[in-house]
Amino acid sequence: MKTKSASKKRRMGRIGLYAILIVITALMLLPFLWMLSASIKSNTEVFQMTPFQWIPDNPKWDNYIKIWTKIPLGRFIGNTVFLTIVVTFLQLLTSSFAAYAFSKLNFKYKNGLFLAYIATIAMPWQVYMVPQFIMMRKMGLNDTLLAMICLQAFSAFGVFMMKQFYTGIPDSLCEAARIDGMSEYRIYSTIMLPLSKPALSTLTIFTFVNTWNDYLGPLIYLKTESKKTIQLGLRMFIGQYSAEYGLIMAGSIITLIPVLIVFLCLQKYFVEGVASTGLKG
Amino acid sequence: MEAAAEKSRKRRDRKRALVAYSFIAPNFIGFAVFTLIPIICAFALGFLKWDGNNPIEFVGLANFAKLADDTFFWAALKNTLIYCLGTVPLTMVASLALAIVLNQKVKFRGFFRTVSFFPYVASLVAITAVWQMIFHPSKGPVNAILYYVFHVQNLPNWFGGKLILLTLILFSVWKFMGYYMVIYLAGLQGISAELYEAAGLDGATTWQKFRYVTWPQLRSTTFFVVVMLTISCFKVYDVAVMLAGGGDGKLGTSSTVLVYYIYQKAFQEWDLGYSSAIAMVLFVLVLIVTIIQFRGEAKYEKD
Repeated sequence: MKTKSASKKRRMGRIGLYAILIVITALMLLPFLWMLSASIKSNTEVFQMTPFQWIPDNPKWDNYIKIWTKIPLGRFIGNTVFLTIVVTFLQLLTSSFAAYAFSKLNFKYKNGLFLAYIATIAMPWQVYMVPQFIMMRKMGLNDTLLAMICLQAFSAFGVFMMKQFYTGIPDSLCEAARIDGMSEYRIYSTIMLPLSKPALSTLTIFTFVNTWNDYLGPLIYLKTESKKTIQLGLRMFIGQYSAEYGLIMAGSIITLIPVLIVFLCLQKYFVEGVASTGLKG
Repeated sequence: MEAAAEKSRKRRDRKRALVAYSFIAPNFIGFAVFTLIPIICAFALGFLKWDGNNPIEFVGLANFAKLADDTFFWAALKNTLIYCLGTVPLTMVASLALAIVLNQKVKFRGFFRTVSFFPYVASLVAITAVWQMIFHPSKGPVNAILYYVFHVQNLPNWFGGKLILLTLILFSVWKFMGYYMVIYLAGLQGISAELYEAAGLDGATTWQKFRYVTWPQLRSTTFFVVVMLTISCFKVYDVAVMLAGGGDGKLGTSSTVLVYYIYQKAFQEWDLGYSSAIAMVLFVLVLIVTIIQFRGEAKYEKD
């Protein structure tokens, strides 16, 4: 009798759990579904509530074609892809390189240099963005994609994160390789790098997402239209055609796709990566 | 003989150091030039008057004195703090609850985890555009439901007046909870299963297990989450500009935030010294939180 009521109680608990999950998932997903639905509607259909249709009778697929002609979307995407790939690559390479030295090598001023990284990690970029801009302008980098690369490729965060991960890898592994006569560069590339997949995936997600979605940085630096990124471009389009709801949503979907692909490909390492890189505190 | 050995040891040490520096150099040079130097300049700039072109003038504390009477600055500071006070606890509670649910053995767990992370990776420009449509005062579905289902007569304007800060807070909770959920998930997975088994043998209820096992075990994670959230809330800019700014992206006193004012003073009015003085206020806020974090971490390590 008692076990029966206990199992009933447990089943109620399960049902409650799934109910909560479904509500949360709906809250998370609905804006995206709405975006998809609106992207194939005309401007009047978007806000039609009675009756509300997820897929209109005449889906306007040509919203996805028209958006390319209204703004130089191809150009914006090209710029952003270039920027994101270069920044992510440089970030992964230079921070894992530096982190290796900080965690596995001994040298003078090691602690002092690392302290410089730590001290700036909590420093918001917004505090020094103005002098940084003036400096870049003096260097002639104003209004160039190169400025955006310099700005985003050498973050203290990346070094810190990779160092935390490498510290968790036993030193004896490197010692053994050193006795075998391997150079430090070989140890880094053949032993450490393959072991750091979770950390590298996590850093890739963060860097890729941040660079792709960055708004304030490009807003300050990139003035010529042909150099703008997708976020600036989409924002500009919204400003110019604020009532073209279907087109805005089609453009939004296009900007979301690359990050979603990268995230879905790397997400299986993500929780492990966050857990092992000290990001959880 | 000994001198020669000493010499070769020294040479080996130097070679080792050179190898180490070669690992660090690519990142450190970029970091020093593009981060460290601007940070040092930022401190100096607060005491200067400069428009970026004409001769620089030293004005001492004049910029900071001007801040005291600047009503727009006080509005920006007040809104930033209110935004923080709303966003930090709500996001923390929501992400912890979500992490606990997603740490259970449920079907499609991977799918649910991935979906709750979507808002975090999605472009702000794109999803603020959707939110503006969903919460549109006269045409949006949220107000339509309020009108047709709940018969609300005075439909709220989510993007104007006093409500805008609430909208910013709700939006931020929605956008950022997935990220902090992952951090909590990592924390939950670090709790030993034995603790729960022991609590189960003692006849603890679900709530008691949470109260006496999960919550204390997650203390350092919660602390980290709150600190990170607070710092990221101080830096808020794009969320406010995109949800409250309208077409021209201008913010009024009801929705302005600190970083918006820094941007405005520097890149619209070219009053670089004054904008750096505001940036110093932002820095001090973050510094206070960071000092609290260091104190707290030292305390947890002692415990």
